[in-house]
Amino acid sequence: MSDGAPLVHEPSTLELDRRAYRQRATWRSVLIAAASTIIFATVATLLVVNTPGWAAVKESFFNWEIGRESFPDILKGLWLNIRALFFAGIGVAIFGTILAVLRSLRGPVFFPLRMLATIYVDLFRGVPVLIVLYLVGFGIPALGIFPPLSAAVWGTIAIGLCYSAYVAEVLRAGMEAVSTSQRVAARSLGLSHGQTLRMVVMPQGVRKVIPALMNDFVSMQKDVGLISVLGAVDAIRAAQIDAALTYNFTPYVVAALLFIAISLPLTRLTDYVAARMNSREQIGGVV
Amino acid sequence: MSVLEVRNVWKSFGDNTVLKGVDLTLNEHDVVVLIGASGSGKSTLLRTINLIERIDDGQLILSGDDISEPSVNADKVRSRIGVVFQQFNLFPHMRVIDNVTLAARKVHGENAASARERAVTLLEKFGLGEKVHDYPDRLSGGQQQRVAIVRAILTNPELLLLDEITSALDPMLVGEVLDLVKGLKDSGSTILMATHEMNFAREVADRVVFMHGGRIVEAGSPEQIFDAPVREETREFLARVGRH
Repeated sequence: MSDGAPLVHEPSTLELDRRAYRQRATWRSVLIAAASTIIFATVATLLVVNTPGWAAVKESFFNWEIGRESFPDILKGLWLNIRALFFAGIGVAIFGTILAVLRSLRGPVFFPLRMLATIYVDLFRGVPVLIVLYLVGFGIPALGIFPPLSAAVWGTIAIGLCYSAYVAEVLRAGMEAVSTSQRVAARSLGLSHGQTLRMVVMPQGVRKVIPALMNDFVSMQKDVGLISVLGAVDAIRAAQIDAALTYNFTPYVVAALLFIAISLPLTRLTDYVAARMNSREQIGGVV
Repeated sequence: MSVLEVRNVWKSFGDNTVLKGVDLTLNEHDVVVLIGASGSGKSTLLRTINLIERIDDGQLILSGDDISEPSVNADKVRSRIGVVFQQFNLFPHMRVIDNVTLAARKVHGENAASARERAVTLLEKFGLGEKVHDYPDRLSGGQQQRVAIVRAILTNPELLLLDEITSALDPMLVGEVLDLVKGLKDSGSTILMATHEMNFAREVADRVVFMHGGRIVEAGSPEQIFDAPVREETREFLARVGRH
């Protein structure tokens, strides 16, 4: 210390042994995981392939020719799903936030708004998505007050209405998790109630519930496939048409694979974000 | 004209009466230190002045304006008063510079560039020049509290309320924060602070106010209160917090 040389700490033999042990343990874990995966996959494959009906199932669900032929139609349909997801996502972000804010308003003046938002959330979380789709997709156009819109548009609106209710609840939980002292600090600076909500409570609240929000988005990603029940030619509908033409279920499998393909990046990202947030909150611990 | 006049202020939480007719006046450049046990009403008094708690009776006058009037715009009043809390309460999602300039930009409508410039000058002056772009969780408690003080004074408030700002700090870090408060006193700020740091109170206070059970029991110069307390409650309290 006194000579001012930079302090370089040489690890002790004890520590080196511990590191070597951990290294070996890591390798052993990797090998065990790989071996058990291979064994499991082999057994599962053998079991399925040796079922009495496998030949028939293979023909009607995994027909390479039919799959390849139906692929372009289904991909074109998937583009509709992606657009629906895009607009529903934006709608949910806006409407869900409004609902969450209305639900968290305090004071007797806001009772009617708060009550309306509460009823909305209760209703749309309780009614099955399929029924909402029918009611919105067939009921609202029948009122005759809206210009004719395509089934896909009504379907997107219906999905957005349902998910807004879920997202509003997630956001509200996040907002409530922001401590009161943060609000007090913001108000003490002279920020208004609205500014406090927008600049202090919302940004922190959303951060707390990002994994939950991403989970809802992944869920919505597949549920946009339900707009097919209104007749919109999306990936599922396209698969249905091809399936009807070929008397073969392979197009459905193709559609399923495509849905997985678009959701996979986001599900992985969700896991990554959640893991990172966890590790940040557990600084100094290994449990 | 006095900066702050507290006239016969009463406040209860349910059955618990926390302030029982408090009177207090601060003139410009006054540094008044509130001492007293936890629960004596110090924090509540500060919170009522900042209109975070509504008083049950009495009057609060800020530079001649009755801020206890129900018609008063509370946001406007709060923007004229700077507050620093025991727990810092910096906004964790904002960098130091954004924390510090938030009120200047969003409440006082100052343009971002000039607010930043003033903020950086102040932060550098208080030894935080390297922390300007850090998030609060990268700072020590003492640094966070100094940032919180800069945040409170950047808009040049008429009155500064400091609520036990060193109580959550490591003893090693108390000094750096108190030095900053001394600097504020020297630059002429009007300060009302609650503290448990008796030595500091003796050093900076123009007037020491001892609160007990929601009342101001005794008030006077530091020498008067610390060296020759008249009231029994004051003597008991000082004996309990130890020599100073």
